[in-house]
Amino acid sequence: MGAHWLCCGGLFWPPFIMDEGSVPVAEDPGRRRRVHGMLKLYYGLNEEGKAPEQPESLDPCDINGPHFDPELYLNKLRRECSLTELMDQETCMVRQIRSLDSDMQTLVYENYNKFISATDTIRKMKNDFKKMEDEMDCLSANMAAITEFSARISGTLQDQHAQITKLSGVHTLLRKLQFLFELPARLNKCLELQAYAQAVNTHRRARCVLQQYSHLPSFKGIQDDCHAIMDKLAQELRQKFRDGGSSAKDLSECVELLLQLDEPAEELCDKFLSHARSRLESDLQGLEAEIRPYPSTSATKDASVHGLSSTTAPGSPADGSPKNSSLPSPASNTDILEFIDRGCNEFVSSLCLVITSYQELFINHAQKGELASKNIPQMANGKLHVFVDDLAARYFMLVERRIQEEKGVGDNSLLVRALDRFHRRLQAVAKLLPGSAVPNKGTEIVIRAATERVKQYLSALQSFYMDSLTDVRQALATPRLSVAGTSVAGPASGRDAPTSLPELLSSLSASILNQIKSVLASVHLFTAKDITFSNKPYFKGEFCSQGVRESLVVSFIKFVCQSSRQFCETAGDKGGSTPPALLLLLSRLCLDYETSTISYILTLTDEQFLVQHHSPVTPVTTLCAEAREAAQKLLNHYVKVQGLIISQMLRKSVETRDWVNTIEPRNVRAVMKRVVEDTTSIDVQVGLLYEEGVRKAHSSDSSKRTFSVYSSSRQQARYAASYTPSAPMDTNLLSNIHKLFSERIDIFSSVEFNKVSVMTGIIKISLKTFLECVRLRTFGRYGLQQIQVDCHYLQMYLWRFVSDENLVHFLLDEIVGSAAHRCLDPAPMEQSVIEVICERG
Amino acid sequence: MEDDAPVIYGLEFQARALTAQTAETDAVRFLVGTQSLKFDNQIHIIDFDDENNIINKNVLLHQAGEIWHIGASPADKAVLTTCYNKSESHCFLLSVAPFAASLCSSFFSSDSRVVSCAAVWRMPSDWETGSHESPDESAHNPQTLELLCHLDDSTHGNAACVLWEPMGDGKRVISLADNHALLWDLQESSTQATVSSTATLEGKGQLKFTSGKWSPHHNCSQLATANDTAIRGWDLRTMSQIYCIENAHGQLVRDLDFNPNRQYYLASCGDDCKVKFWDVRSVQEPVKTLEEHSHWVWSVRYNHSHDQLVLTASSDSRLILSNMVSISSEPFGHLVDDEELSEGEELHQEDKGKEPLKDSVVSTYEEHEDSVYAAEWSSADPWLFASLSYDGRLVINRVPRALKYRILL
Repeated sequence: MGAHWLCCGGLFWPPFIMDEGSVPVAEDPGRRRRVHGMLKLYYGLNEEGKAPEQPESLDPCDINGPHFDPELYLNKLRRECSLTELMDQETCMVRQIRSLDSDMQTLVYENYNKFISATDTIRKMKNDFKKMEDEMDCLSANMAAITEFSARISGTLQDQHAQITKLSGVHTLLRKLQFLFELPARLNKCLELQAYAQAVNTHRRARCVLQQYSHLPSFKGIQDDCHAIMDKLAQELRQKFRDGGSSAKDLSECVELLLQLDEPAEELCDKFLSHARSRLESDLQGLEAEIRPYPSTSATKDASVHGLSSTTAPGSPADGSPKNSSLPSPASNTDILEFIDRGCNEFVSSLCLVITSYQELFINHAQKGELASKNIPQMANGKLHVFVDDLAARYFMLVERRIQEEKGVGDNSLLVRALDRFHRRLQAVAKLLPGSAVPNKGTEIVIRAATERVKQYLSALQSFYMDSLTDVRQALATPRLSVAGTSVAGPASGRDAPTSLPELLSSLSASILNQIKSVLASVHLFTAKDITFSNKPYFKGEFCSQGVRESLVVSFIKFVCQSSRQFCETAGDKGGSTPPALLLLLSRLCLDYETSTISYILTLTDEQFLVQHHSPVTPVTTLCAEAREAAQKLLNHYVKVQGLIISQMLRKSVETRDWVNTIEPRNVRAVMKRVVEDTTSIDVQVGLLYEEGVRKAHSSDSSKRTFSVYSSSRQQARYAASYTPSAPMDTNLLSNIHKLFSERIDIFSSVEFNKVSVMTGIIKISLKTFLECVRLRTFGRYGLQQIQVDCHYLQMYLWRFVSDENLVHFLLDEIVGSAAHRCLDPAPMEQSVIEVICERG
Repeated sequence: MEDDAPVIYGLEFQARALTAQTAETDAVRFLVGTQSLKFDNQIHIIDFDDENNIINKNVLLHQAGEIWHIGASPADKAVLTTCYNKSESHCFLLSVAPFAASLCSSFFSSDSRVVSCAAVWRMPSDWETGSHESPDESAHNPQTLELLCHLDDSTHGNAACVLWEPMGDGKRVISLADNHALLWDLQESSTQATVSSTATLEGKGQLKFTSGKWSPHHNCSQLATANDTAIRGWDLRTMSQIYCIENAHGQLVRDLDFNPNRQYYLASCGDDCKVKFWDVRSVQEPVKTLEEHSHWVWSVRYNHSHDQLVLTASSDSRLILSNMVSISSEPFGHLVDDEELSEGEELHQEDKGKEPLKDSVVSTYEEHEDSVYAAEWSSADPWLFASLSYDGRLVINRVPRALKYRILL
């Protein structure tokens, strides 16, 4: 501390003094700046702090700047300032100088004080050191004396020490000799007591010595005796080993002893393993017996069918019973968990035991002893691997057979737990036997079981979907009767309310979604954290992406689209087999899938399974496109079917009537009323599921107004033209000009997903049929008038359903026009009369 | 290589009946029959000058009634058949068919009945020369068809169409009337017709033939007919049914045509907007289905020499030319299974096996603004065809050149 202060002081003192003295002197500015810098550093004023307010001024007149030139400054002042200002300046400067002086004095005084105290400290230190030196001298003198003493003592004791060593050597030798002489007797005794381990141990200790001194007759005798005894012992051990009745621990002890007695290791390995094999095989047979009770395939099949049906049933809305009431898989009398448990407890644990003791005996043990040189560990290891692989393969076969019987998809947790246990126990083997193929094979089995499971779930989902559709079909069929019954009596919509289309739709989609969710939850068990195999790369990656996402979820969605599309095709051209309402419902379902459900399901899947897309997966957009296509197809088909039904009515009505000889129209034909009725009910039906859609703007009294235009001007003009015999061209000209401005109408075209578009499609198909049929007939005067009346009636009611009422106008116009052409005596009816007839109904 | 623009010809009247003049193999000539209830109906003979892209027309009067179907004799250029509607006046009704009159009240002054008839006609021999000298005059003062004989048998009802024996000598025709198929022998240069045999369609309900086609194969001994949704094949020697395609189309079958080169192949079209191709040996499923039209398909025609070219006409106002290579007689270009092909054609086909064509729509013709009820290939130029829409517009088109050369080379 003091030294530091000194050091700093030494550095700063002189410049400080110099600073005061040399300010007026024009010094080299670099040095001055450096000194300033140091001062600032010392007093904790950093350069940066000041820099912004006082940028390094080069102005020689800046009194605080480094380039200050007093002469210049003085001259400047004198030049620029008045006398009073000069006076002020002077007093100000004097004041500043004075304050600077006093500051400086204070600093000098402080420094001086510190210097004094430092000097005191140094003096004190010097005194202390002197005292310490004296004590050190005293210590070294004492040490020298101790050394001398010690040397003297060891010198006197030298002789006696050598003697004691010799005596103790003789004593040991004598003890050893005694041990040798007593050896045969001791061995015999051990043999009698069956303390084989002790016997072998004792003999081993003596063996080398006896070997070495066998040229002496007395030792030779002992050695022979020992040999005889040991042979007998080995015999006994071998006998015991062969009997095999003893426990694994006894056995391993036996082997250990035999090894120590120089028995050939290979033979021992083989014997050991074959002995272990017989026990493990009995375990395996026990396991096999559990599967065996139902070996015949028919029984299994029956059982599995039963299993499937009983699992699909709980999902259906009718039967809401929870499905964990399930199946202790009826294929065998124990469930899979029990089976695996038994396998693990019996087979796997004894296998582990065998491996441990074997390794203990032949590998770890041998590595220490002299046996290591003979490559025994490698040999033993090889044998062990072959042994374990062989047995494990059989075990796996059994497990796989058992898993295959697990067909019911009800409770997945049982299977997962079983697989988990199976896999977990195999980890023990993996630890014991690194480099063995067993755990991998085990994992493969788990993977196979998992994929199989996913497949089963897919088919269960599919059959569930088809069952739901059948239910919907039935639901659609039954209320229809009630509607038919009630519609006669009056508008009693209350009765079919419970099974109305939107509700059917929502219940269908909800039940499907629930089923998917429950399946996902079941499958999710495979990847649960507490399941050992969920860490495997397969379950982290491929299982999630390929297994669950692709082959389960995506496949199911594709199946839904596919089966929906099949409704359009298999329904055939007659369209009779599939009820139109189902088509409509499915179309909405597919559309909902496109807009939200698919992405929801996939997001759900991705979230639950944290799918990392290593491999390319089907993107949401593709599925959506597929769903949309299916929805479109279904809706188009719906339009076609409904259009066809109405067309059929119109066609029959036109074809079966004798239009030449018909009476004057008094009424709108019943068919037309029926058409309007049906159209209205279709409109209601579609309106239940689809939004209104956009239509071209029209005013509220659209039917009246446009109709009058339609009939009075345009139509009359056409009739007039066809009257005049002189100008046959005009007819075509007019209609052609008219057509030139109207767009071409695609009759069976795609419709949009809204009510108006659907209705437009249906009406288009119907009216075009009407037109074509009219063109094939010949009309009398009243035939034409009837058509006029019918068309007006249709006009009154149909415009409200379509997107562009001009379309209806155009087609009806065309129908009346064609009828007029095909009329032998075209005398149109008065517009007012038509209106009266139509309003009368 | 720009394709020639279509040639359009407008008739004054509405029309449905169109045929190529089958016996004419030099000039491109089509016959059109008009439909008018108020004016005298006409048969327009349309000559197309391919080189100058000009149409010449001649008009013959057909006073008997509006024409629903027209057929040209394969042997005699001047002979043709028509099916026409005749509206009979009240008094005629009273005398001939009093039962009909009894249905109507007496105060209907316009009371009448419409019956369909069929007849064989001969064109006046000088129609061609007359038109050349004074084309304007011919329009105003048309000549009249000469009636050869009626193909009527009052017991058999309304005639739907009359079919000439394909490639025959012009002596045999079949008329389809309600549910009867009548085979007529024409004698005395077609002035006398006698029914040689008949076949009757039996079943519940009122069955009616809508159209039919006489097969050019098997020695012209087979006939195919359409009624409602079914297609039936008949053996003309025994007049018995040989096959039946029930529900060939979802709705009414409108037209049929035989593949000229593959004897078992048949095309049909109908109100389900589809065109179907059948192998009559196995009628469970169509060999191929086309769904290009957006409304009923009224006519389907194979090209006479290149049977991959199929023409369809529809009431969506469109005409579609399709290239059905896969089911044609030359699916790979070199597999020629028909001996009738000349050697020159065979050579062509061998060359184009390199790039097999796919079934496709060649082009869609949108020149019509009303329903197109008939389309026909020219009998003289295999690359030329005509189509007729209800508003009386006849359009003559060519197969696109690119495709033509691909087929030929």
